[in-house]
Amino acid sequence: MNKNLAKNFASGHSACAGCAFPAIVRTILGESPDPVVISNTTGCLEVTSTLYPYTAWKTPYIHSAFENASATISGVEQAHKALSRKGKVPKKIKFVVFGGDGGTYDIGLQSLSGALERGHDFVYVVYDNGGYMNTGNQRSSATPYAANTETTPVGKESFGKVEMRKNLMEIVDAHHIKYAAQANVAYLADLKKKARKAFETEGPAFLSVFSPCTNNWKFPTSQYVAIAKLATETNFWPLFEIEDGKYKVNWATENPKPVEEFLKTQGRFKHLFSEKNKPVLDEVKKIVKDEWQRLVDKTE
Amino acid sequence: MIRSKDKKFNFEEGAVIEHDLDKAPKTGDWRYMMPKVDKEKCSGCTTCVPFCPEASIEMKKYKEGQRDKADIDYDFCKGCGVCAQVCPMKAITMEKNK
Ligand code: SF4
Ligand code: SF4
Repeated sequence: MNKNLAKNFASGHSACAGCAFPAIVRTILGESPDPVVISNTTGCLEVTSTLYPYTAWKTPYIHSAFENASATISGVEQAHKALSRKGKVPKKIKFVVFGGDGGTYDIGLQSLSGALERGHDFVYVVYDNGGYMNTGNQRSSATPYAANTETTPVGKESFGKVEMRKNLMEIVDAHHIKYAAQANVAYLADLKKKARKAFETEGPAFLSVFSPCTNNWKFPTSQYVAIAKLATETNFWPLFEIEDGKYKVNWATENPKPVEEFLKTQGRFKHLFSEKNKPVLDEVKKIVKDEWQRLVDKTE
Repeated sequence: MIRSKDKKFNFEEGAVIEHDLDKAPKTGDWRYMMPKVDKEKCSGCTTCVPFCPEASIEMKKYKEGQRDKADIDYDFCKGCGVCAQVCPMKAITMEKNK
């Protein structure tokens, strides 16, 4: 075991072979200058890292329900403030929430919103794999348009999810927090930089990290880095930051790769390459193009 | 360790579990393909290290005067093949697990 890498999150977890979130968790926590306390929503990360009688966490870690990880960390952060004022606990501790997209975009949105609005000093990290993966790929509001999921199955009359992804970054930004960023597990240097900035931020900071799922996006276990890279190279998942309300794109190219190059790597989009679904594929391409333009417009 | 063991009654007062690697499932048992590093091809770039979901790759001394080379600990390696996919030198090959 690589002891340095496993300083906060050890081996022996039961995430699927080739899962993306262990690298996300280790990379982000590796940038904290101080000891961390973690709260985790229900989700893949939680179930696979805390399989009784083992825990992969070497840091204080609180398992919360789907809906209240942000409320949990709010309480812990406040308690820490009070206790450290009395000199009872070390002054410098970083508070971190990890949530999947189900626990963030959907079920935990109210507690996240509350914690952001109250201005607690914490870092919220959503690892976005676009669905409820630990229970077998039910759609979430982060699932992309046209994806095949258990609850939006592709069939004769259906082409997968009919709704677009929720724009969570804009919702987070609407809380006037100082720092929010979208990152991608394939770009670790960028992720590190953003984690560092998030930890340096006083008050809430938010990181949304792209986290491919081998099992339910249906791709070989060796491919998460390659697929994540394509997501950014095709503008499907742009890298950007929102600092004090100002948008900045961190990676751009004159010639983005065709979105198909990203889509064709995954079984969940396989149906888009049939003659019948050509209009759906065109719609996916249009959404990616329009969303990119919307983002670029905001940087001006 | 479950703290309730120290208590008079054998009930759990909250579930506090401490990290103990000895209790971890040896996820190396999951493996059906095995990554092998060709130490001559490996340039020591460290690209593969942080992407390994199992934190199973370390840079270790191979030959005097050379950069450290990737070295895999098979206790927890699940054989996903991510390391082989990201290696720019194609120094890692996936072989049938023995
Ligand atoms: S095969 Fe997967 S688990 Fe094994 S060393 Fe390579 S990246 Fe790590
Ligand atoms: S990525 Fe390849 S060349 Fe670089 S350290 Fe790993 S095995 Fe060696």
